[in-house]
Amino acid sequence: MEPRTTPEIGGMGHSVKRKEDPRFIRGQGNFVDDVVLPDMLYLDIVRSPYAHATIKNIDTSKALAIPGVLAVITGKDLAQYNLHWMPTLMSDTQMVLPVDKVMYQAQEVAAVLATTRYIAADGVDAVEVDYDPLPVVVDPKKALLPDAPVLRTDKEGKKDNHIWHWEWGDKAATDKTFDEAEVTVEQEIYIPRIHVSSIETCGCVAHFNKVSGKLTVWMTTQAPHAIRTVFALVAGHVGLAEHKIQIISPDIGGGFGGKVPVYPGYVIAVAASVLTGKPVKWIEDRMENLQADSFARDYHMSAELAGKKDGTLTGLRIKTIADHGYTDAAANPSKFPAGLFHICTGSYDLKAAHVEVDGAYTNKPPGGIAYRCSFRVTEAVHAIERMADIMAHEIGMDAAEFRLKNFIKPEQFPYTSALGWEYDSGNYAGALKLAMERVGYDELRKEQAEKRARGELMGIGISSFTEIVGAGPSKHFDILGIKMFDSAEIRLHPTGKVIARFGTKSQGQGHETTYAQIVAEELGIPVADIAVEEGDTDTAPYGLGTYASRSTPVAGAACAIAARKIRDKAKKIAAYLLEAHEDDLEWEPGKFSVKGSPDRAKTIQEISLAAYTNHPPGMEAGLEAVNYYDPPNLTYPFGSYICVVDLDKGTGEIKIRRFVAVDDCGNIINPMIVEGQIHGGLTMGLAPALYEEIQYDESGNNLNGSFMNYLVPTAVETPNWETGKTCTPSPHHPLGAKGVGESATVGAPAAIVNAVVDAMWHLGVRHIDIPITPAKVWKLLREHGVTE
Amino acid sequence: MATIDVNVNGANHAADVEPRLLLVHFIREVLGLTGTHIGCDTSHCGACTVVMDGRAVKSCTVFAVQADGREVLTVEGLEQDGKLHPIQEGFFQEHGLQCGYCTPGMLMTGFAFLKSGDDPTEDEIRHAISGNLCRCTGYVNIVKAYQYAAQKMREGGA
Repeated sequence: MEPRTTPEIGGMGHSVKRKEDPRFIRGQGNFVDDVVLPDMLYLDIVRSPYAHATIKNIDTSKALAIPGVLAVITGKDLAQYNLHWMPTLMSDTQMVLPVDKVMYQAQEVAAVLATTRYIAADGVDAVEVDYDPLPVVVDPKKALLPDAPVLRTDKEGKKDNHIWHWEWGDKAATDKTFDEAEVTVEQEIYIPRIHVSSIETCGCVAHFNKVSGKLTVWMTTQAPHAIRTVFALVAGHVGLAEHKIQIISPDIGGGFGGKVPVYPGYVIAVAASVLTGKPVKWIEDRMENLQADSFARDYHMSAELAGKKDGTLTGLRIKTIADHGYTDAAANPSKFPAGLFHICTGSYDLKAAHVEVDGAYTNKPPGGIAYRCSFRVTEAVHAIERMADIMAHEIGMDAAEFRLKNFIKPEQFPYTSALGWEYDSGNYAGALKLAMERVGYDELRKEQAEKRARGELMGIGISSFTEIVGAGPSKHFDILGIKMFDSAEIRLHPTGKVIARFGTKSQGQGHETTYAQIVAEELGIPVADIAVEEGDTDTAPYGLGTYASRSTPVAGAACAIAARKIRDKAKKIAAYLLEAHEDDLEWEPGKFSVKGSPDRAKTIQEISLAAYTNHPPGMEAGLEAVNYYDPPNLTYPFGSYICVVDLDKGTGEIKIRRFVAVDDCGNIINPMIVEGQIHGGLTMGLAPALYEEIQYDESGNNLNGSFMNYLVPTAVETPNWETGKTCTPSPHHPLGAKGVGESATVGAPAAIVNAVVDAMWHLGVRHIDIPITPAKVWKLLREHGVTE
Repeated sequence: MATIDVNVNGANHAADVEPRLLLVHFIREVLGLTGTHIGCDTSHCGACTVVMDGRAVKSCTVFAVQADGREVLTVEGLEQDGKLHPIQEGFFQEHGLQCGYCTPGMLMTGFAFLKSGDDPTEDEIRHAISGNLCRCTGYVNIVKAYQYAAQKMREGGA
C-alpha cells in the first residue's frame, strides 16, 4: 500500500521514527522499579524448596528480630481477610500465600516487609519453615493415572488430577477420512515448558492512601483495566472499590504474555500497603521470575494426518495432554480452555478435523500463558506444520509442492475451516513462492542432493503458517465475563494538537508511534502533533490490554473509527465555515475543500479551533470521540518461512545458514516497526526451537531456574534474519490491517525443526522434539549409523 | 559502612555505603540514576552495563566499594551539551530498540566497544554484544545501530 499522506503527516505506510525512543536512549524511561515514593517499604518473598510439602510451622522470630524488618506476612495472616486464595483468569483458584501446603518449588510461602531491599532479603533468609515433603507428581501423563496422588485436596470431592476435557470438530467425519485414507502418518510431539523471560521481571509499587481510601498500583501489567476489575472483585469485601483503584502500567520492559496474569506478589504488596498505609515495592529477581511466574506451552500432542497418495490432505486428529501445573492459571478467553488451538488445520484445505485436549494438574508452577503468541496458536502451527512435513516426506513429495497442492486457494476466502473458523483473507501460495524465490529454493535442493551424495548433512525446512489474532468478537470472546473489545478516545485541542488514549498497553510494540500514525492517516494531522497515552486506568478508556496481537486489530480499529467520527463532525464545521453544503465538500488528508474550488478550504487545524471558538449554532462545542470496537471477526495473518541448516556430524551442532521470512499482515501502519516485530518474533521462535526449555527432575526441582541454564539466545546464536512481505488486506478491519507481533514466533520453530529433520530424513529420522540441542542431534546421528 | 568517592558522569559523589551494596543499587537508589537497569542475578543479561574507567562492566556484579576512586559513566552521561552520542543516534535511526529495557546496557557496551576509526564487522559486533540480552529486537537492528555509530565516529561525528 502506497502512503496516502506526506512524510510530514506520517500516516500509514511511513517508517516514522519512534516517538518513545528519545526517552529510552537517554535512560529516561520510567519502569516500575524506577518508581520511588517517600517512606516506601520493600517486600521480599520466602519461597518453597519443595515441590509438594505440608507446612508444619513458620518461625518468623529471627526475621522479626532484624532491625528494619517490620513484618512477616503468612497465609494465616491473609486468611483472616479471606485473601489467601484468589481466582485465576480461567476461574480456577490459586494460593496467594499457603496456609498448610505448598504445591510447587519456588511457590510463595511468606513475605517479609522491611525498610530496604537488602534488609527484606535478610529477613527472607531468617524465616524458618518446617516442611513435611509429600509425593511429587511431575509428569502430566502419570498425573492422570488412577493411582496418582490427588494434588488439589483443597477442592472438595476432587478425586483425580484431571482439570477439564475439551474437544472440537466432527469426530465421525474425521474418523471416516482416516478410514478411507490412502496414507496416514502419526507422531507424538512434545512442545516443552518455556518462559517468556522479558528482560524486565515482574513487580509493583502499591500505595494505599489511608485518608482518601485510594489504592494506586504501578504494575508490570499488559492489561491494567482488567487487573483493576479483578482487584475490585477479589478485594471488594475488604473495602477496595473499583473507583478507588488506579492501576498504572508505566514503561514495560517486555511482556510477551508473562505480564497478563495476577501473581501472588502483587496481591501481597497491595495487602501490605493497605495494612501499613505506606507504599510497598515488590520486584522479583530473575530466578523468581523463571521459577515461579507463568510458563508457556507444555503440550503433549499425539497427532495424525490422513491423505491420498497424490498428496491431497483430507483429515487431522490431535489428542493433547496439557500440563497446567497446580492450577489452571492460563490467560485464555473463558470459552476456550485450550485457547485457539483449533486453528490447527492451518493453511490447508482439509475436509475434516477433530481435536481433544485434557488439562492435568502437576506439582509445577501454574501458567499456560502465551509466549508471544495468540492463545496456543504456536502449538497448533507446530503440530500441523510438522505433520504436513512428515506426510510430504513419507509420500516422497517435495515439501513446497506438497504445501502448494493443499493450500486454501485465494478464491476460497472467506474460508470456513473444518474446525469452524472463518478465515478473512489469504494468499498462501503467494507468500511461499516469494520465500522460495528469495531463498533460491530449487538451487538449494540441488545443492542438498549433491551434499547428501558426499555424506554432508544439509536441510531445508518450510513453515507456511496461518495465525488467528485480534481477540475478539464479543459473541465468543471474554475474560472473566468481560468482553474482548478495545477502545480509543481522541481529543483535538483548540490549536489542532491531539491527545489519544487507549485501553491497550505497549510493552515495546511502539504504540505511541503507530496509533499516532492511524490518527494522522485519518485526520491528516502530523504525527508530531499527536500524543498517545495508555496504561493509566484513571484516564484511559477501558480495554482488555495488549497480548495475542490484538492491539492493531482491535484498538487500532477503534482508533480509526473514533478518528472518522471526528472527521464527520469536522466536516459539518467546515461546511458551516465555508458556507457550503456538506455534500459539496471533499476530503484530502488534513483539509476539507469545496469540490471544484480547491482554494476554498479549511484545514483540520482551523476546524479544530472553530470547534472551540466558532462552532455552528445548535452543535456541541469541542472535537473529540470515543470508540469501543467489537471486532466482527478475528484477523488471520500468515506467512511462509524457509530455513536452511547445515549439521556438523562430529558435534551435532546446528548451523542456521539462511532464514527467509515472508509475512503478510495486511496493510502496514509502520514498515520499520513491523520488520522489527518480525525480527524479534523470529528470535523468540529460534529460542524454543534450539535452546530454551524449563525442565524438572522427578522431585519437582527446577533445573533451568536462572539465565545460567535457561538459554535465551544472544546475538551470536541469532542469525541475520531475511524478511519479505506480501500484502493481503483484512476485508473487515477498518484499515485492512491484521496484527503481526507474534507471527514469527508462531511460524519459526516448525521451519527450523523441519530443516533439521529434512537433513536427517534419509537416515531414518522422522521427528525431533524441541529444543533441538546438539546433544540430541549427535545422539540421533550415532543411532542412525553416522559416526563422524 | 564504608566511605566511597565515585565520579559518576563527571561529578564526584561521596557516600557512606554498606560494603555489600552493589554498584547498580548505588547508581539507581543512592544517586537516583534509574537509566541503568537490572535484568538478572547472574551477570548474563547485561541490562546493568556501565562503563568504569573505560571498560564495560556489569554493575550488578561490582560492589559500590570497588568503584571507589573510579570514573563511572552511565547512560545518562552519554549525551554531551545537548548532543546525542553516535551510538544513541544509531539506536534511534536504525530502530535498535523496542521496549527500551536492555537499551542502556546495549548503549554502554557499544560506547566501550566502538572507538573512533573502528570499522567492526557484523561478526565482531555480535560477539561484542553477546553479554547483553535483548528479547525484543532479534539483534538485527542493534547490529545496524552499532554500524551506524561506527560510521559516524569514523566521519568524526563524535
